Amino acid sequence: MANNKAAVNFDKLLGDESQDFKTVQILDETGQVVNPDIMPDLSDEQLVELMKQMVWSRVLDQRATALNRQGRLGFYAPTAGQEASQLASNFAMNKDDFLFPGYRDVPQLVQHGLPLSQAFLWSRGHIEGNKYPESLKAMPPQIIIGAQYIQAMGVAVGMKKRQSKNAVYVYTGDGGTSQGDFYEGINFAGAFKAPAIFVVQNNGFAISVPREKQTAAVTLAQKGVAAGIPAIQVDGMDPLAVYEVMKEARDFTTAGNGPVLIETLTYRYGPHTLSGDDPTRYRTKETDDIWLKRDPLVRMRRFLTNKGLWSEDQENELIDQVKAAIKEAINEADAIPKQKVTDFLKVTFEEQPQNIQEQITEYSAKESN
Amino acid sequence: MAQKTMIQAITNALDLELASDENVLIFGEDVGKNGGVFRATEGLQAKHGEERVFDTPLAESGIGGLSIGLALEGFRPVPEIQFFGFVFETLDSIAGQMSRTRYRMGGTRNMPITIRAPFGGGVHTPEMHSDNFEGMITQIPGIRVVVPSNPYDAKGLLIAAIRSNDPVLYLEHMKLYRSFREEVPDESYTVPLDKAAVTLEGSDVSIITYGAMVREAKKAAENLAKDNISVEIIDLRTIAPLDIKTIIASVEKTGRVVIVQEAQKQAGVGAQVASEISERAVLSLEAPIGRVSAPDTPFPFGQAESTWLPNATDIENKVKEVINF
Repeated sequence: MANNKAAVNFDKLLGDESQDFKTVQILDETGQVVNPDIMPDLSDEQLVELMKQMVWSRVLDQRATALNRQGRLGFYAPTAGQEASQLASNFAMNKDDFLFPGYRDVPQLVQHGLPLSQAFLWSRGHIEGNKYPESLKAMPPQIIIGAQYIQAMGVAVGMKKRQSKNAVYVYTGDGGTSQGDFYEGINFAGAFKAPAIFVVQNNGFAISVPREKQTAAVTLAQKGVAAGIPAIQVDGMDPLAVYEVMKEARDFTTAGNGPVLIETLTYRYGPHTLSGDDPTRYRTKETDDIWLKRDPLVRMRRFLTNKGLWSEDQENELIDQVKAAIKEAINEADAIPKQKVTDFLKVTFEEQPQNIQEQITEYSAKESN
Repeated sequence: MAQKTMIQAITNALDLELASDENVLIFGEDVGKNGGVFRATEGLQAKHGEERVFDTPLAESGIGGLSIGLALEGFRPVPEIQFFGFVFETLDSIAGQMSRTRYRMGGTRNMPITIRAPFGGGVHTPEMHSDNFEGMITQIPGIRVVVPSNPYDAKGLLIAAIRSNDPVLYLEHMKLYRSFREEVPDESYTVPLDKAAVTLEGSDVSIITYGAMVREAKKAAENLAKDNISVEIIDLRTIAPLDIKTIIASVEKTGRVVIVQEAQKQAGVGAQVASEISERAVLSLEAPIGRVSAPDTPFPFGQAESTWLPNATDIENKVKEVINF
């Protein structure tokens, strides 16, 4: 006999889970404003500044790639394609907000105050790259996927205890949302009602594994539901939408309402890193082309040009300035003396135990030869 | 002065540090209203408030990340991992993150975190509660691992750990929590973090040990004294990095060594002590180094603990073997 009982309609539940997660967009692919009601409250100067930062990042990506090929930079994770997701989100934050970047988020770190020469030293594997002044509210790029989420939560809980008016913002990728630390971070922050903005830059691939293989969830934003925190998906190729959502998230969280989760839909044009990754093994040219048409610089350039705020000459002049600044930063990095093992030994503990003291003597002798 | 158990000494240390430094925060699973599953934080939330002593969601990795973030905000976090057997859930925060923060940021940031965790055998816990994983942590540069053996040291070492700007893993042996009392001063005091204690002076053999095995070594020494064997006991107190000088001074004096640990034999603290002695004092030795430890199985099911765990008789026998070599 057939069992017709149905206490639960699982098919319907499955369909309902993602229905509230629509993608916020303001500028479409052609640079037209499609959502004028939510236009950011930015002056012409600020709009131009945001564009300048994205152009800076694109040029930096090209130069960093070339410098890596020449052996003048070390580890590098390309950023082209993610400029709106990275720079427009950062643009909504304050200098006293605390930034936790992933390894691809060097552009935000530099815009937040890290000298470019130090970013280059970090890439080369030099300790001077990570000596942050107390005034720089950031940690160096996190390598362990997800670890930055729980630490960001910790700073946010601390800010709340200090009754600070600032917020923490932290980045991971689509793959990062599969980590336990992703959930522990958003869950603790929700439970403590801490001022944190958790950004997931969904660029479609965790190295080679496509987004749909990470989870059965239709959106990554909906993962916020389980933690009881508000979450939203935004067109990550649209700088104005990313900025506006981030700005509103900052207002919400700094008002004491608890954390926010933001999923940006974006794409990296280049490989995962320059350490041997070949995207043609896992992505098609057709997919690349779809995303290239959504380029954040193209749509912002059209938008600003239509407003009479941007020109080709202006952009070319900026590109030359950025190249000059990069050259100068490389020269500064080159001028930093070689690091010593004794330097590491001296900073591993504040108070040096016996083994460290002995090894300082040993390596001082080795390094003075 | 008052007679205190080790757990009373620990609670007392936490209470004093909460009172003396507003940046000290205590948190973990059940540490708030409930006062911890062993009552180590009994009464502290009521006295110091929910902002200073608070419960967290049940996730050790989250507790590790919370500690790191709070340290970056200028707090002095004292998280509790409810049982050290649960440490694997937060190993990245310990091994990958807080221990190397100072190094990786060129000394520009400190991680003044003291992680407290109960561990050790002899109390018939369910599995994954008692395991002696301390040796695993001792391989990590940038963190001290402290294991008190008595109430007086427990208080002084914990206060020193909380005041240290370097991260400390502070392991509390569950068997020692309430097994004996001793005089513990009421006021604040510290016991140095990088110094082993000469618990008993002797001339024939050095027993080098830590944690619950210090008491077993004392019992063995009493019996051995009846046979006119004079035992020196070194209580390491901090098992990483080691106080090598105190170890070597004792070995050079006695010429004979028995290393005792409750943990399994492979790798671990005893192996490191033996290696330091081999490197620095092998010519002072009149017999091979003796070792007493648990066997190399996972921590045993409760009913097998009494034979699995090393005890005073094992130590006594090993000392005689080394003396009669």
